Amino acid sequence: MADAEAGSRDAVRLRGITKRFPGVVANHDVDITIGRGTVHALIGENGAGKSTLMKILYGVQRPDEGTITVNGDDVTFHSPTDAIEHGIGMVFQDFMLADNLTVLENVVLGAEKLRGIGDKARDAIAEISRVYGFGIDPDVLVERLGVGDRQRVEILKVLYRGAQIVILDEPTAVLVPQEVDALFDNLRGLKNEGYTILFISHKLDEVLAIADDITVMRQGTTVGEAKPGSVTEHQLAEMMVGSELPSPETAESTVTDDVLLTLDGVTLTDERGRQLLSDISFTIHRGEVLGIAGVEGNGQEELVETIMGIQAASAGTVSLQGKDMTEWDTRERREAGIGWIPADRHRHALLLDSPLWENRILGFQTREPAVRGLWIDRSGARTDTERIVREYDVRTPGIDTLSRALSGGNQQKLIVGREMSNDPILLIASHPTRGVDVGAQAAIWEHIKTARRKGLAVLLISADLDELIGLSDTIEVILRGRLVAEVDPQTVTPQQLGSAMTGGDDDEEGAA
Amino acid sequence: MSDLLRRTALTLLAPVSAIVVAMIITSALIAVSGGSATDFLSVIFSVPENRLIVNMINQSALIYMSGLAAAIGFRMNLFNIGVEGQYRVASYGAATLAGAAIFPGILNVIIPILFAIVLGAAWAGIAGLLKVTRGVSEVISTIMLNAIAITLTGYLLNKYGQHVGNGVRTTPIPESSHLTGWYPFTRADGPVWTLAILAVFLGVGFWVVLNKTRFGFDLRATGLSETAAVASGVKVGRMVLYSMLLSGAVAGLIWMPAFYGAAHSYGTAFQAGLGFTGIAVALLGRNQPVGIIFGAALFAFLNEQANRLTIETDVSVSVVQITQGIIVLSVVVMYEVVRRYRIRLEQRQVAEREPAPPPAPEEVPA
Repeated sequence: MADAEAGSRDAVRLRGITKRFPGVVANHDVDITIGRGTVHALIGENGAGKSTLMKILYGVQRPDEGTITVNGDDVTFHSPTDAIEHGIGMVFQDFMLADNLTVLENVVLGAEKLRGIGDKARDAIAEISRVYGFGIDPDVLVERLGVGDRQRVEILKVLYRGAQIVILDEPTAVLVPQEVDALFDNLRGLKNEGYTILFISHKLDEVLAIADDITVMRQGTTVGEAKPGSVTEHQLAEMMVGSELPSPETAESTVTDDVLLTLDGVTLTDERGRQLLSDISFTIHRGEVLGIAGVEGNGQEELVETIMGIQAASAGTVSLQGKDMTEWDTRERREAGIGWIPADRHRHALLLDSPLWENRILGFQTREPAVRGLWIDRSGARTDTERIVREYDVRTPGIDTLSRALSGGNQQKLIVGREMSNDPILLIASHPTRGVDVGAQAAIWEHIKTARRKGLAVLLISADLDELIGLSDTIEVILRGRLVAEVDPQTVTPQQLGSAMTGGDDDEEGAA
Repeated sequence: MSDLLRRTALTLLAPVSAIVVAMIITSALIAVSGGSATDFLSVIFSVPENRLIVNMINQSALIYMSGLAAAIGFRMNLFNIGVEGQYRVASYGAATLAGAAIFPGILNVIIPILFAIVLGAAWAGIAGLLKVTRGVSEVISTIMLNAIAITLTGYLLNKYGQHVGNGVRTTPIPESSHLTGWYPFTRADGPVWTLAILAVFLGVGFWVVLNKTRFGFDLRATGLSETAAVASGVKVGRMVLYSMLLSGAVAGLIWMPAFYGAAHSYGTAFQAGLGFTGIAVALLGRNQPVGIIFGAALFAFLNEQANRLTIETDVSVSVVQITQGIIVLSVVVMYEVVRRYRIRLEQRQVAEREPAPPPAPEEVPA
């Protein structure tokens, strides 16, 4: 391809992009130049304006000011359709696939006009899959595919529609290390074929591993550019947050001999007789953090729900401080001092359309200061909500704000603050810092560490292996509903943990 | 202060615009079908006679209780369509008991009313039990229970009732049990029924239970997010049963003011259809005790004014049902619009607050 103009060597140029929402400036004076055939990483904390910028580039939103140049031409996108016509495709963080359709059907859905829905389309998909080493069979049902394959189907969808510039929004958030490596191989393959990749992330090691160029965003604008060879993780982190990155590491062990939670042979069988949890046994002591590592969907949710009394164990016992609580209901377990930070905060931890102070009552409907006798203690709940807002640095105009209006990080801080109320003896924390920016993450880690020093027992479930290794005293690996390995966080590496999680034959013997 | 003003304006925006839209569409329909829209509007918006005002108050009370009964379920995402059947069974049962005049004086009011509460609750409880134990959708079961209620009361009335002329009715209650009420105008204009006061008590009770008690919190939480309620320790099955029972209990009272105030027996004088009106009114009032007052008053107003259409114009009375239907439809749409706008407003307020790192002042873009 002979490009006449010099400027068209760049696939995308954004100049002076500004986007205001009423009362907020989401982006201002954003300048990015993305070279053709490169992997360009866009990094920044949650809320730095990455998503808005990508929505602008993908035609979902129109900028108030600034210009977008694609392959040397000034363009104005009114909708994603316009963006696709200019060869821009986007892979969203949440997959948009229909489980009960095949790969072929998913890919052609909405693009039936391109190559029909039959053999021509099938051949095209097989061809793309072959060329880039995706290894995807067009006729397999999507529900059979794992997370990594689903992501490849999403990328396939974009390529099928003729995209030359592919935007990937936090593509590694859902992947284990091995899958990340596979994804990066795919991306390099695409790059070598002349595709341009825009890679959004906040994981610095990954960015350094894959990107040719890095642009850093902070508070709605681009604050710097870097080349992977000439910058360290530390420097990037400082550009992102304006200060140093926190670390989850705990100083010294606070584990005691007092047994707090014991699971003995806990088994959970669904109505069709499948074992979701098989013979799970472990013990958590006061002051101990037990980490559960595993690829999502291997029984973590079921384990938590069984401990919380939402699902009833089919066999085995759960006891708290020596008392058998297998028969207790959820409220009794909470009253006994179990705090719970659920994985899906919107579904399980918040009343989104209720004010913050009412959310303080949730899970504490039988305990002071939220209630008194059979009555809601409005002033008690409000005062204590104000305490949480203050101590946990929840950024909100007030406690009458609906929890829906808060950003994810602030919602999470509110939840952590609430679950730490009334001095719990056991905290179950599922992905406590997922989707939370670095500042909030550090604060949440600090709160967990402080409580642990005071004797709190913690069951920590996380997909963030650094978090898991940094915070845990012991790590159990869960695979298909079984605890398959116990590893020492002092010595294990994320790679070894990843191997154990996938049940892969490890090249290094890290897991026992 | 201006914030409060804006909130109030927002709250009123939806119903007011819904009424305007409904009036416009109804007028257009009348005009298209060859009637006179101006006649319709002038009748609807004329000052009602005293007699009609009394009727409106009485009807508002009945509709209000029906709205409350529906709202209890709605607040928990339970679609209790069965208020109609519940108050019919309760009214028949209470009328029969009161007609038997087993109890003296005021007891012949109190005990049948309690009986109505129990019957209404029990009839709704069937649907609640089916949902909790067998997973039967309450929409289906309450609709079927409505049909059963109509047939059952019809059968019982026919078999055990007094046949008077062409009609059948339960034995009228003795005069000592009449609770006629208070005459705000002349006697010819009729009384506001004594038991209409029940509507006030229920409204206050509804508000207190829902907003001030643990039970109310659990109920609202379940309606707002069942998953979060379960995670917080609410036993949803039990809540479903309780709220169906409560809903039915309130439904049982709906017709009692009319029964003791005017009808004195269950038969042709029974006012059917209030259960369905209640659903519309609960929607209109956003399941809030104060909102439902306005909804009930509006529906009662329209119903009574519509009665004059046949006398004073050649527009059909049924036109008013079109108006009511459109009001409900447009109000549902408008509430959603206003709700989204509110969320945006809140998010904006949060966003204004959020980016507050130390070096802000000079960098605030216009």
